[in-house]
Amino acid sequence: MRKRTLRGQVAVAGVGETTYYKHGQSPDAEFKLALQAILAACADAGISAKQIDGFASYSNDRNEPSRLAAALGIPDLKFSNMHWGGGGGGGSGAVGNAAAAIATGMADCVVVYRALAQGQFARFGQGDVGAEVSGEDAFTAPYGLMSPAQKYGMRNMRFMHEYGVARSALRSVSMASYHHAQSNPRAIMYGRPLTEDKYDNSRWICEPYRLFDCCLENDGAAALILVAAERAPDLAQVPVYLLGAAQGSEYRNGAPCHNAPLYGTSSFTTVAPRLYEMAELSAADVDVVQSYENFSGAVVMSCVEHGFCEAEAVNEFFQLENLIAPSGKMPLNTSGGNLAECYMHGLELQVEAVRQVRGQSTAQVPSVDVSLVMSGPMVTPTSSCVFGSAATL
Amino acid sequence: MTNQDASYLPIGMPVPRAEADGLSKPYWDAARKEVLLVQRCAGCATWLWGPEWICHACHSFDLDWVEVAGHGRIFTWQRSHHPVHPVLHAAVPYISVLVELPQAGKVRMIGNLLGDPAQSVEVGASVDAVFEHHDEVSPGYTLVQWQYRD
Repeated sequence: MRKRTLRGQVAVAGVGETTYYKHGQSPDAEFKLALQAILAACADAGISAKQIDGFASYSNDRNEPSRLAAALGIPDLKFSNMHWGGGGGGGSGAVGNAAAAIATGMADCVVVYRALAQGQFARFGQGDVGAEVSGEDAFTAPYGLMSPAQKYGMRNMRFMHEYGVARSALRSVSMASYHHAQSNPRAIMYGRPLTEDKYDNSRWICEPYRLFDCCLENDGAAALILVAAERAPDLAQVPVYLLGAAQGSEYRNGAPCHNAPLYGTSSFTTVAPRLYEMAELSAADVDVVQSYENFSGAVVMSCVEHGFCEAEAVNEFFQLENLIAPSGKMPLNTSGGNLAECYMHGLELQVEAVRQVRGQSTAQVPSVDVSLVMSGPMVTPTSSCVFGSAATL
Repeated sequence: MTNQDASYLPIGMPVPRAEADGLSKPYWDAARKEVLLVQRCAGCATWLWGPEWICHACHSFDLDWVEVAGHGRIFTWQRSHHPVHPVLHAAVPYISVLVELPQAGKVRMIGNLLGDPAQSVEVGASVDAVFEHHDEVSPGYTLVQWQYRD
């Protein structure tokens, strides 16, 4: 029987982003942002947007493929895909879904995209509940537990308790993102460095998170164009290949009212092993890491579950010098990510992972062959993916 | 035990109601009477929380609502400083706890930890349920809060 894998079958032909804005600052409508990012990715790939025949996104993106296909004059829409589940957990999942469509012949050129104008719609950092609540919300919202920081802070606090995680580990994650943003002119926090003092003196959002532990709220859009691997060498950019993608979460992760059996996890305990199995590599082979920062502490958990360090060794491993390009042991979030580049719901992490393989990052790690992304820790389903250079095939 | 103070968080927080399909109605009705109910499978005795229609262990739909003692242990916690709802602007910080019930299969419930919002919170500490009645809306409802055991 033919081996079932995505490894090496699909390539990223192009990446594109809009200007990134603070929330409410975008001069353009969210749908227009989506179009701009898609056209930028096509220009990067050297193709016409009319060659796109599939769309994949996540987190109930409001900009539906049928409208996009009509607006762009797509002759034949072959794949229209939404990765179920809220939050950024679908970032790598959408890449995997798009790649699966290409690998199985359902579509030939699929765009993975995410557009978000939090200024034009509800902000994520506020509770979004009505005067009356029912279902699971009835067991949390009346007690003042409504925002993502609160929901996931509970899990993060349990993880910190179980393994004696120090606040300095969380601070290092924030410092690394801000450090990398200082060399990235696209970043919202470009020119606004973070110091340990500034971090330590920032206000609490909800313990265990201070202000700088929490992602930004932004307006913008990002997109990646995926094609069959055979086509990639004929396109404009250095081909970047998908080595693996995995999604999901462990046993009963979605049990209601905070009853997941494995509570103090980032939901990757079964996803990460499946990712490495498909990619045919391990954490030791990874040159650079993009790890979704809804909250800094979640990055720590994600990296543990992806095998970069033992949970008991977190306080030693998560030192700033280990996390920064070009020479850290695990260069992390090299564009500034959700904390300091832009909260593009994590899709900016896929774009950065591709840049690292191409050698185009503003915080480039030398000779990157293997570039890993973890999407949406502590949500369910979550996902991760690995990109590689031609040398990895 | 009844919360003698008006309420831990200000009046005007979201009001809990049973779903249209009635799944959690027995819990909310019992809380009004200061009785804490949890689901348990009539087929295989697995404890379930939050409310669900099916037992995840044996797939029986025959689930009982069982009264359990209001005793638990703090499993995890947080202290909120940033107001996530308009009525909370004058009420931060406050403490939320996730309490596990050892006598009910270690199911876990969210509540507030009554007392000083600046107090230290100890994972593993024993806590007791406190029923907090809200009669400012009609029909009224009752929240299950927690406080350190004396």
